[in-house]
Amino acid sequence: MGVAAVLFSELYGSYFHVVAAVLAEAVRRPLTGSRLEEIVREKAFVESVLTIPAALRSDWPLLKADGTTPLRHEPTMPLTLLQKRWLKTLLQDPRIQLFTPCTEGLADIEPLFQLADLVRFDQYLDGDPYGEAAYVAVFRQMLTALKENRSARLRYTGRKGRLHNSVCLPLRLEYSEKDDKFRLLASGRRNSYSINVARIQSCTLLGPAAPELYRAPVRHLESLTFRLWDERNALERVLLHFSHLEKETVRLEGQVYQVTLRYEREDETELLIRILSFGPMIQVVAPERFIALIRERLERQALGPG
Amino acid sequence: MAYSELIKNYERIRGYMRQFYVYGFKSREEYRTKSARSYDNERRRVESWLGDYMCFRQDAHGKSVFLSVDSRSIQSNPLYKSFKAKSFTDKDITLHFYLLDILADGEQLTLREILERMASGYLSHFDAGFPLDESTVRKKLKEYEAAGLLAAGRRGREVCYRRQEDTVDLPSWLDAVSFFSEENPLGVIGSYLLDKFETVPPYFGFKHHYILHALDSQVICGLLVLIRERRTAVLTVQGPRAKAPARCPVCPLKIYSSTQSGRQYLLAYRYVEKKLAFTRLDAIQKVEAGGYEPEYEALMARYEKFKRHCWGVSTGMGRQLEHIEMTVRINPGEGYILQRLEREKRGGTVERVDAHTCRFCADVYDASELQPWLRTFIGRIIQLSCSRQSVVDTFYGDLARMREMYGGGSGAV
Repeated sequence: MGVAAVLFSELYGSYFHVVAAVLAEAVRRPLTGSRLEEIVREKAFVESVLTIPAALRSDWPLLKADGTTPLRHEPTMPLTLLQKRWLKTLLQDPRIQLFTPCTEGLADIEPLFQLADLVRFDQYLDGDPYGEAAYVAVFRQMLTALKENRSARLRYTGRKGRLHNSVCLPLRLEYSEKDDKFRLLASGRRNSYSINVARIQSCTLLGPAAPELYRAPVRHLESLTFRLWDERNALERVLLHFSHLEKETVRLEGQVYQVTLRYEREDETELLIRILSFGPMIQVVAPERFIALIRERLERQALGPG
Repeated sequence: MAYSELIKNYERIRGYMRQFYVYGFKSREEYRTKSARSYDNERRRVESWLGDYMCFRQDAHGKSVFLSVDSRSIQSNPLYKSFKAKSFTDKDITLHFYLLDILADGEQLTLREILERMASGYLSHFDAGFPLDESTVRKKLKEYEAAGLLAAGRRGREVCYRRQEDTVDLPSWLDAVSFFSEENPLGVIGSYLLDKFETVPPYFGFKHHYILHALDSQVICGLLVLIRERRTAVLTVQGPRAKAPARCPVCPLKIYSSTQSGRQYLLAYRYVEKKLAFTRLDAIQKVEAGGYEPEYEALMARYEKFKRHCWGVSTGMGRQLEHIEMTVRINPGEGYILQRLEREKRGGTVERVDAHTCRFCADVYDASELQPWLRTFIGRIIQLSCSRQSVVDTFYGDLARMREMYGGGSGAV
C-alpha cells in the first residue's frame, strides 16, 4: 500500500456524502422514495441513482422501510487529521494573508508538507507582492465587494502608466500560476475589463450593485487549428502544454495530427509565442490572420549569424 | 465481477483519464494493453463522473472518447470527482454512520458499550440480519482514531472512544479553501472540505490552470510527506517506452512543477545510479515509504549547489556547464521585452547593451532545454551563441524549416 493511500478514502467519497444528506433528511421527517431519488440525482454521480437507493433499501441498515432512520442525529463528520494538516500547511503560503481564516484548533497540528519542497521552476519572477499591506488591503476590499455584491470605486495605474478612476462591479478574481498574479475581472458602465490587482492603489466599497447599470462581460473566443508532427516527443509535449484549453485532436495519418484549440482573443500574443516555442513541430493551418502573425515574426528574424 | 461506478484502486483509472484528457484521439481498439471490457468499464465510470465534459467523435479510426475542459471557465477541478469514487463494503458505510451517531453526544464509550448500542438501538430496527462482529468494529474504531475522527482514552483497563471535537472554525476558511483547492498541489483535500458547504464562492477563477495535476495527487502526497520526514522511498516507475514498471530506490528531495508545460517531476537522489535525477510524476505508479536518510543534510547541500545551473529538469551530460547568450532587439515603445526577459530569466542574467539591445546569458547543464524559450523571441534575436554549437545549429535549422513551412516550398500554408 502506498504511503498516501489515506488521500483516496471512502470517507471523502460521493456515496458517504450523499447518504449523509439522505439520512439528515430522514432524521427530520420520513423520506419518500421519490425524495430519496431526487437527493441522489442532485448530489451524486449520474449512475448512482441505480445503486444508492437500492442499497439503502436492502444492503445498508440505515434507512427503514417507512423512510425513517435509527440514527438520532443528522450525520456530521469531524475534520479528519488529513484535512487539518492540509489547512495547517496553507498557513505557510504567503497568499494566505489575502484571506482571514481563524487558526484556532490547529496549534498542535503538524503541517502535511513544507511548501518550500515544491519548486515552481518556470514561474515568472515578478509575482504579486502578497506581503505588502496596501496590496492585501485592496485584495480584501475586493473580496468583500464580491461577497456582498457591491460596486466599488477603483484607483489604478493603467498599462501606459496613467492613473485611472472608475466605478465597477467586481465579478471575479482570476489567478495565474504562471504569472503568479491576480487580475480583477470587472464590469464597468461602458465595458467589462480586467486589471492586474497589483496596479490597483485603492478600492472603495460603494452600495449594492445594480447589475443593469453595468456591461456584462463577453468572452471573445477564437479557434486555432494546427498540424503536429510527432518528432522529439512533440505529441505529448504539445497536448499537455495546451491541455488547459478546450481542444480536440484528430489523427490524420502516421505521425501527423490535427489539433483545434479555443482561446480568448485577448491572449493571442501569448498564444503566438507559445506556438512559436514548438518550432517546426507544429504548423498553424487556420485562421489566416494567425498565420500572418507567425510569418511576420519569421520575416523579421535573420536566418543565422551574420 | 459486476460493474460498479466505484473503484478500489486509483492507478488504472488515472491512466485512462490522462489518455482521455491529454490525447483524446485513440479509439477503443487502440487501448491495446487493456481488455475491451476493462476499457468499456473505465469509460463508463468516467462518463458517470464527468459526463458534462465528455465528448465523442466517430471517424475512420473508430469512435474516440475525450475530455475537453476550458480550465478558465470552471470554478472547481472536475477531475477531483474521481477521488470521490472509492469503493467500500456494506459494513464500512453502516459502521461509519452508526459510530459517529452513537458518539455524537460527546459520550466516551467502550467497544462493548458501542456493540450493545448498535444491537439495541440500530440493528434491531431491521429484520434482515446484518453480521457485525467485534473484531470488525474494533478495527473500524482504530481506523477512525488514526484518521483523527475519534479519540481513544482509558476507563480502567478498557479502551474507550469519543468523537474528536471540531475546534476549527471552518466557515472562516471558506475563501482560502476555495482558492487553495485549485492552487495547491494537494487541492483535492480542499475539495473534500468544500463538500461540507452548501455553496462555495463563485468568485475565483484560474488561468493557465493544469487541472490534470489532480490525477497525481496521491503520488505527490506520498512524496511530499516523505520529503518532510526526510525518508527514503521505493518508487514503481513506468517509463513511456519501458515494457514493464521498474522499482527505483530514492531519497526524494523536491517536487518540480512546471507552470508552463503541465509537467511535474520528482527530484531525488537515486541510490543505484548515485546521482540526482528527475522523474516524471505521472510515470510514478506507487510510492513505498522507506527509512530515515541519515545523510539527508549532505544530499540537500548537493541539491543547493545543483539547482543554480538547472534551467528546467535536465541534468545534462556529466554536469559540464554550457554557456549560452542571446542578444535581442528592443524597438522604441517595447520596454515590455526587457520586462519579459527579467521575469523569465530564471538563473540567467540580463544586461542592457544599449538603448535598443539587451543580452541574456546563462550557464546551465543543458542549453538545449532553452530552445523552446529562445524561439518565443523569434523576430527579435540579433545574435545567439552557445558553447555547444549544436544548440545554435538546431535553432537556426528549425527556423529555416519554419520559414519554409510558412513562406514557400511545397509544404507551405
